[in-house]
Amino acid sequence: MKIKLIASVSFSLMIARIKQTTVAAVGVTFSITMFITLLSFMGGLNDLLDGLITKRSPHVRLYNEVQPSEVQPVDRFSQFEGYHNFVSSVKPKNELPEIYNSREIMNTLEKDPRVSGISPKITAQVFYNIGSIDFAGSINGIDVDAESKLFAFSDYVTTGNYIDLKNTPNSIILGKGVADKMLADVGDLIQVTTSKGERVQLKVVGYFQSGLLDLDKVQSYASITTAQKLLGESDSYITDIQIKLNDLAMAPELAKEYARIFETNAIDIQTANAQFETGSSVRTLISYAVGITLLIVAGFGIYNILNMMIYEKMDSIAILKATGFSGSDVKSIFIIIALSIGVFGGLLGLVFGFCFSLIIDQIPFVTAALPTIKTYAINYNPKFYIIGIVFSIVTTYFAGYFPAKKASKLDPVIIIRGK
Amino acid sequence: MSEVVLEARNVNKYFHDPVTNQVLKDVNLTIEKGVFASVMGKSGCGKSTLLYILSTMDTDYEGELLIDGVNMRNRTEKELARVRNEKIGFVFQFHYLLNEFSVIRNVMLPGLKLEKYSEKEIEQKAYEKLKLLGIESEALKKPNQLSGGQKQRVAIARALINDPLIIMGDEPTGNLDKKNSEVVYEIFNQLAETYNQSLLIVTHDQEFANRTHRIIEMVDGSIVTINHLKK
Repeated sequence: MKIKLIASVSFSLMIARIKQTTVAAVGVTFSITMFITLLSFMGGLNDLLDGLITKRSPHVRLYNEVQPSEVQPVDRFSQFEGYHNFVSSVKPKNELPEIYNSREIMNTLEKDPRVSGISPKITAQVFYNIGSIDFAGSINGIDVDAESKLFAFSDYVTTGNYIDLKNTPNSIILGKGVADKMLADVGDLIQVTTSKGERVQLKVVGYFQSGLLDLDKVQSYASITTAQKLLGESDSYITDIQIKLNDLAMAPELAKEYARIFETNAIDIQTANAQFETGSSVRTLISYAVGITLLIVAGFGIYNILNMMIYEKMDSIAILKATGFSGSDVKSIFIIIALSIGVFGGLLGLVFGFCFSLIIDQIPFVTAALPTIKTYAINYNPKFYIIGIVFSIVTTYFAGYFPAKKASKLDPVIIIRGK
Repeated sequence: MSEVVLEARNVNKYFHDPVTNQVLKDVNLTIEKGVFASVMGKSGCGKSTLLYILSTMDTDYEGELLIDGVNMRNRTEKELARVRNEKIGFVFQFHYLLNEFSVIRNVMLPGLKLEKYSEKEIEQKAYEKLKLLGIESEALKKPNQLSGGQKQRVAIARALINDPLIIMGDEPTGNLDKKNSEVVYEIFNQLAETYNQSLLIVTHDQEFANRTHRIIEMVDGSIVTINHLKK
């Protein structure tokens, strides 16, 4: 009953100054609209750029680096135990970057409940031959099914069918840049020279475009058996095991654990791509800062309009007080005005923000670097909408609080005497 | 001696700006039920100041103020607002109606605030008050569609809505022409005679004052004479 009475007075005051009230609400609507649009757009962009790396990267990668042995023969000699030994110019042993016991490791990993999938890989250094010219590159031997399932390999095969890589023996999917250089069409035979000096002919079954131009100029894909043949190794030869986890956050911990158990090198995605993480968080921070600035500006607008309203409606405030409304009642009246502006303006802003996001989502965005992207990306995270409405209510509350407090302190005697 | 509704004991009041200046000097005053009193005096003699102290709106004074036998010292702002709402009806020189609300709603506002009756009952009462003042036909209009005299009558109806102990007026006829002043006097007189309503009206109008029950004359912040005309 009391709230109803106070609300009815608030609404009558708002209707009496409908123009200013509308302007204030439009200010809030505008800032919330921009807040939502900006964050959705930034969020979409972040997801897009992160996806470029994180979707294609294993959470943990096991590999063997060519490195000198940590234990030198002199260390094993019991006679020199407790001595300081100096060995200069230590060289690594002549061995291939092979993961030993790869089959056993893969079997163990497949049983690990924390792992969602694994995909073995071989990296082979080759020369692409174009007539008399050779240029360096690498061929990744992959398990086609696992690679498409875990790393969306098929998305990046822009020409040809990725599954042909598995079904056609001695086939290759060329990087777009490599293909352009070699003038190779799908169905052509190309020739590569392996690091051991053998020349091998491979059939082109498609083009691959990762979005990273430099990568596409050197990298191509072949099936794992083709790569093993290129290197002249047995079918147990594997240089990398890519692991996708159920929980991305566990990657650094598990990388350490696997490195210890399997006696290989292991790197987690966070360490490998630290710079992307930083970029995303800075972009998000900037969009929040801009959005919040807009809201605060709108808050000042509300503050001004309420102040004016109080000056214009001093008589009404005085008579309300004279006839028995207390200071806190008067304060409630003006806070209700501010909050209604905030709530209505804010809700409208959410709707407009959503509409703008939908529009941006339809704008074509075609770039050679991102073959799978056709329009600008938008992130429709409900979190943005919740933050938006909460923020609009909080700012308008504070914008209304100070004028309301002033109104509650007004002395009716001074106003009535002034007449 | 009938029941005392309002009593002021040794009220002193100072203004401190720009220099300390005593505006009320040892004012003693009692108003009984059914008394129609007027306060006369030159401009600046402190009669309005006294009225605002008696109405609890001004709390910066020395002395005692009793309304309905209850001391008004050391009350919170909320409690005083409640007292004004329940026990005092105001009529000012200017009508102070809210143009955003209809006439009937303006009259109902203090009643809605009091919450003693339901909205329906308050509306019923508001109609009765308007009828008493002969303006029930204007109930649904906005105040700015009414004439000056009508507005002042709406303000009186608003003062009456909670059946107050006392009605206080600060030159309620000051802005009105002769004819409307007469109407307002008639209404006050009727309230006092028929409904035994207490009234305390500050006025400049000698003719108006002469027809009240009691004239309280003030000079320089003191009450110099209290002239009992009737009762």
